[in-house]
Amino acid sequence: MPTPSVELGPILPEVLLVGFAIVLLLGGVMVRRLSPVALVLVSLAGIAAAAAASLWLWDWDGGTTVLAGAVATDRFGVVVRAIVLSVAAIGVVLGHHYFERSGESRVEFYPLMLLATAGMTLFAVSADLITAFLALEILSLSLYVLTGFSSRLGSVEGAMKYFLLGAFSSAFFLFGIAMAYGATGSTRLPAIADALAGRTGSVALAVTAMGLLAVGFAFKVSAVPFHMWTPDVYQGAPTAVTGFMSAGTKVAAFAAFMRVFNVSFQPITWDWQPVVWVLAAVSIVAGSVLAIAQTDIKRMLAYSSISHAGFVLLGLTAAGEDGIGAALFYLVAYSATVIGAFGVVMVVSARGERHTSLSAYAGLARRSPVAAGLLSLFLLSLAGIPPTAGFVAKVAVFRAATEAGYWPLVLIGVLASVVAAYFYLRVIVLMFMREPEEDTRPDESWLPRVTLAVPATLVVVFGVFPGLIVGFLDQAAVLRW
Amino acid sequence: MPWLTLVIFLPLVGIPVLGLWSRASDVQARVAALVVALATFLVALGVLGAFDPAVAGYQLVEQVDWVPSAGLSYLVGVDGFSIWLVVLTAFMTPVAIVSSWGVGHRVRLFMALTLLLETAILGSFLALDLLLFFVFFEALLVPMFLVIGVWGSARRVYASVKFFLYTMAGSAFLLLAVVYLWFQTSEQLGHASFDIRQVEQLSLATTTQRWLFLAFFIAFAVKVPIFPLHTWLPDAHTEAPTNGSIVLAALLLKAGPYGLLRFNLDLFPEASRYFADAIGILAVVGIVYGALVAMMQTDVKRLVAFSSVSHMGFVILGIFTFTVQGTSGAVMQMVNHGLSTGLLFFVVGALYERTHTRDLSEMGGLAKVTPWIAAAFLVATLSSIGLPGLNNFVGEFLVIVGAFGTDRVLGAVAVSGVVLAAIYMLWAYQRAFQGPGSERHGRLADLVPREIAAVVPVVAVMLALGVYPKLVLDRINPSSAGVVAWVRSVDADQTGLPGGLRAQLGPVDADEVAIVAEGSP
Repeated sequence: MPTPSVELGPILPEVLLVGFAIVLLLGGVMVRRLSPVALVLVSLAGIAAAAAASLWLWDWDGGTTVLAGAVATDRFGVVVRAIVLSVAAIGVVLGHHYFERSGESRVEFYPLMLLATAGMTLFAVSADLITAFLALEILSLSLYVLTGFSSRLGSVEGAMKYFLLGAFSSAFFLFGIAMAYGATGSTRLPAIADALAGRTGSVALAVTAMGLLAVGFAFKVSAVPFHMWTPDVYQGAPTAVTGFMSAGTKVAAFAAFMRVFNVSFQPITWDWQPVVWVLAAVSIVAGSVLAIAQTDIKRMLAYSSISHAGFVLLGLTAAGEDGIGAALFYLVAYSATVIGAFGVVMVVSARGERHTSLSAYAGLARRSPVAAGLLSLFLLSLAGIPPTAGFVAKVAVFRAATEAGYWPLVLIGVLASVVAAYFYLRVIVLMFMREPEEDTRPDESWLPRVTLAVPATLVVVFGVFPGLIVGFLDQAAVLRW
Repeated sequence: MPWLTLVIFLPLVGIPVLGLWSRASDVQARVAALVVALATFLVALGVLGAFDPAVAGYQLVEQVDWVPSAGLSYLVGVDGFSIWLVVLTAFMTPVAIVSSWGVGHRVRLFMALTLLLETAILGSFLALDLLLFFVFFEALLVPMFLVIGVWGSARRVYASVKFFLYTMAGSAFLLLAVVYLWFQTSEQLGHASFDIRQVEQLSLATTTQRWLFLAFFIAFAVKVPIFPLHTWLPDAHTEAPTNGSIVLAALLLKAGPYGLLRFNLDLFPEASRYFADAIGILAVVGIVYGALVAMMQTDVKRLVAFSSVSHMGFVILGIFTFTVQGTSGAVMQMVNHGLSTGLLFFVVGALYERTHTRDLSEMGGLAKVTPWIAAAFLVATLSSIGLPGLNNFVGEFLVIVGAFGTDRVLGAVAVSGVVLAAIYMLWAYQRAFQGPGSERHGRLADLVPREIAAVVPVVAVMLALGVYPKLVLDRINPSSAGVVAWVRSVDADQTGLPGGLRAQLGPVDADEVAIVAEGSP
């Protein structure tokens, strides 16, 4: 057996992230008093280096996969990495601020964030199911720890729940890989596709594999009925971690979802489209309806993220470039919006998780007009009201689904948006139209505000000038294999 | 000169000013907003000056690629339908700003939202790109929602949420239809487009066309509002602050009939013919129902709100007669309703500021105390009930003539709306301003010069339109003739739509246009 050629260029972003994580870990052990600011700066440097390494791949002219077919090199990967890394940068800054204020600051936070990010980016570019599983585990294990990073009971409970259910879903995923191997004799995505296209593989086994992998992905993107963990984990995790996790995991998992289904299972598209259809429909409806009943803003946003997973799936029902392009735009808009929204939640709860009930938002516009304004913007984007990025994103996925002929699904989508508008609106009503009930003072520091200006700007700019990125996303929507 | 872009976005200039000028006193904030709104009005007059009355199609068209790969463009243009609505919007916004001079809290935000609303309304009247229209149409909701919910009266939160959800539910269907049409353009024309001039080239199967018509119709029917989708309106109008009521009644409601005229008739002529009878009946039901309910109100704002339901019925009736008189009358009536209902809300607001009640039974004899308010209310009342010589008469007359031409029964029933209007409006006037005065309103301030300065121009325009409607109608008629010819060229039950036919059509026969062009009798 010949030794495969080792080209590290396409996984340089992950190498850098892991490298910086190790440096931070060692630094934490060896240097007595590490200034937290230094830790943030080093982490951000790591993320920036990874981003640079990843953007360099835009014009990669080597093979479509490297490292014996383990890692893909396409522009899709570049774009997804860019999204995940941006989310990570915001997440690191917010998390730093969060733990400094709550007095739970520990060195491990920063390397864990970088490791989770490395897992996410690797998940997005895996061209082999085994690599995908590896990446999935890297990101999941880091996130389990991050969820339980605070000593609050809720945080620990969330981590436990996430870990148990996550392990369960990993098992499904692994079982799916085994089935895929059984069906086609390979775990490499292009090889699976070839085997299925050439009818050399067993279609029955392949469909089973597709179903099992779908369960694994649905768990990670929190699509109904595999969403049970989401509200508890989102509520329990430290808010800054929730923001990072809800945006980053979803982007990475959807990227892998798209790649696996549009590449490996491309020959059995007719079999997986109905699966995605059903997942999308129930996620959109259940997420929107259940969110109405919530009284805690983090839980409400958790259910909202479930319904948004449904909207991305709506885009995925259109197999191929159109669906991928639409879903990518949706992910950009969603991740900017949701990390922003959780950022404001963090600011409002001031220290730790004290004020996350909706009643704490009464009269916020009076006490902190900036926080209220930012949260309104993010909520309107989640509701899909123009001129925000959320609106353009919705139109894009509706278009993709209409093209695929699934207009009843689009009808479900638009009607659920109206239902969803109600609970987003309720928060705006509280902030602007009610008098403060409790004596809560939001966090007045400048750092989170400045950080949150970034996603806020993106939400508006991509809402008004979507053309700025649509061109890139269209080029990235082609999966090369 | 990009007149249309200028007029749409000029109000936005005020927003950073109001946002950053944190030291501005309340008066300074109001003045800043007023200056911006007046400047916008001047630009709107510039648009009117640049408008060529002889042309039936879109004028002053500006097109900039927005997202080329998606076929999305920033495309605005004006024609005989939108020109007056634009002028009306720019004219009534300063009036609205003056009307809420007394609002004392969060003035900067209030004024910024008013200007934002103006931009969104102007944008939806001028957009010729379906998605751009939708963006403006939907963007209206948020500022209006906040204006009602933050500065409204007792049940403001309920009213604002109801307004938002109702309208959003309606436009959800619109979005679905727009996306479908977008998809069809890329299938049939080979390139995706939201340009309505492209979309009207599509040939759509009859059934598809009818479903799409309904999707558009629901969105606009909620806005108009057409009976039975009107239930949000009395709440929203009543609870809104005066400023909000004026913008809502005078301007925002016009987006509904405008949308029907611009999009439903234009894109789905066969379906328009098919549903015309049903919609005509709904319109007439709305006319009579609105009038009857208005008669029963003791809350004067609610009364005016229900009178809007009745008056908007005329507009819808006119549009679906498919006659030049009816269509021109409907457009004229939109402008008229904006002016007279705007004035009514202004006066009612002024009255409320002084008496702190909207209940007619607590008023009475106010004509002696506040003669200016009484006079302004009387003018608005007389206009509302269609007194010849004032603006409303012309519009209603044309609509009824049009309706008689197509369906005598509908026309006859619609006339009763005029009679009922006389009853409820005059009765309201009597209860508020005549009879024995109530003790506690012994000393009330009359209109101050600032308010007089807002009322007088509105009254002057109402008189001018009543006496010389030709000024307005001349610019509306070519567009009316064009759209009527288009709709009439297609038979109901015609299968499939002849793509691209619209361009080959001339206006309807000259006689019919001539009748309207002569103006009011």
